[in-house]
Amino acid sequence: MTMAIERHLATCHACGLLQRLPAGPGHPRAACPRCGADVHARKTNSLQRTWALVVASVLLFLPANLLPIMEVTTLGTPQADTIMSGVVHLLEHGSWPLALVVFFASVVVPLFKILALLLLLITVQRQSAWRPVERTRLYRLTELLGRWSMVDIFVVTVLAALVQAGALAEVRAQAGAVFFGAVVVVTMIAAESFDPRLIWDRLGKETPRHE
Amino acid sequence: MRGSHLIACHDCDLLQQVPTVPAGGAARCGRCDAVLTRVIPRTFERTAALGLAALILLIVANVFPLLTLEIQGRLTHMSIVAGAWNLWLQGADWLAGLVFVTTLIAPALHVGLLLWVVLPLAGGRRGPAGARAFRWLQSIRPWSMAEVFMLGVLVSMVKLADLAVIVPGIALWAFAALIPVLAASMVTLDAEETWRTLAPEVPEP
Ligand SMILES: [Zn+2]
Ligand SMILES: [Zn+2]
Repeated sequence: MTMAIERHLATCHACGLLQRLPAGPGHPRAACPRCGADVHARKTNSLQRTWALVVASVLLFLPANLLPIMEVTTLGTPQADTIMSGVVHLLEHGSWPLALVVFFASVVVPLFKILALLLLLITVQRQSAWRPVERTRLYRLTELLGRWSMVDIFVVTVLAALVQAGALAEVRAQAGAVFFGAVVVVTMIAAESFDPRLIWDRLGKETPRHE
Repeated sequence: MRGSHLIACHDCDLLQQVPTVPAGGAARCGRCDAVLTRVIPRTFERTAALGLAALILLIVANVFPLLTLEIQGRLTHMSIVAGAWNLWLQGADWLAGLVFVTTLIAPALHVGLLLWVVLPLAGGRRGPAGARAFRWLQSIRPWSMAEVFMLGVLVSMVKLADLAVIVPGIALWAFAALIPVLAASMVTLDAEETWRTLAPEVPEP
């Protein structure tokens, strides 16, 4: 099995054109003749960038879940809602299928993304030969699911606007929502900066290690 | 039909000779199962039709009220843009920006760039700056979150059900219809064919 990089070929990440890279040490790069994007065999500093973004999202994850995301004031009494208390509220007053969906999107997905990226980073760094197909699928899933975590930000948005319009009460976005939005954005960029081809780079060159 | 050609998998970098792919068929990577290429018949015409439908739905979604609130017989309307605007008024600038981009700017660019790319191609010619627009379209797509916003609206409606009567507005139906139309346009757009048509003079290695 030959990889494109061994033949000094690279696929443009933007348009998919297979092209010959200029010969040279390190990571040669060129402008794609078809779409003009910067072409390199592997995303530049993929591991360092992804590590930095994953660490940042871990740090943001705690305040995102511990601090209130909104404050609801009805008849003068303010009540703070965190991500979890919002799910519990939905479970008690709304419908459990919706509560399950929100729990999945807001709690499970961000955690899953962070853990999946950590697993990918660590296995790539250890040059592991463990289940490359499954790890590549895990990466695709991480890319696919990430956006759904935005749902709680939109709930705060719509509640605040509706309640404001109806002069029902007051709903104000709180610091937790800012941290939560930052987690979503940072993990989306982290997934984008990881290069799944790194999973495959060491295969066939090293003797497989059993871990 | 697309003739046999050399391709490197975008997910695992395996270099492979892709056999001739018939119309409607797809070729997958032999190692990691990623879709390498998919041949879609009449891709530009179908995508342009879906893009025009999306444009109409997007305009309707942004002009008409999203939700109408009824308290003691009094009606109040809320539009999509009110979401980001209200956060801005609250002083939550950062969140307002994020909501503005994901619910208004990115969906508008998504539909606009899609039409910019495929409308001329559907008419059998190459429009100006097609390649650049197509690149932008690909980077903007993850941030266009119509379907996630819809789920947020649904959750908000359930949460407020005890407090007030909420009537779905025309924009809600238009936005709901926009989701499958945009999803279909992503399936019908043959990226490889688009690039080959936008820049036919580039030789393969
Ligand atoms: Zn390119
Ligand atoms: Zn592959």
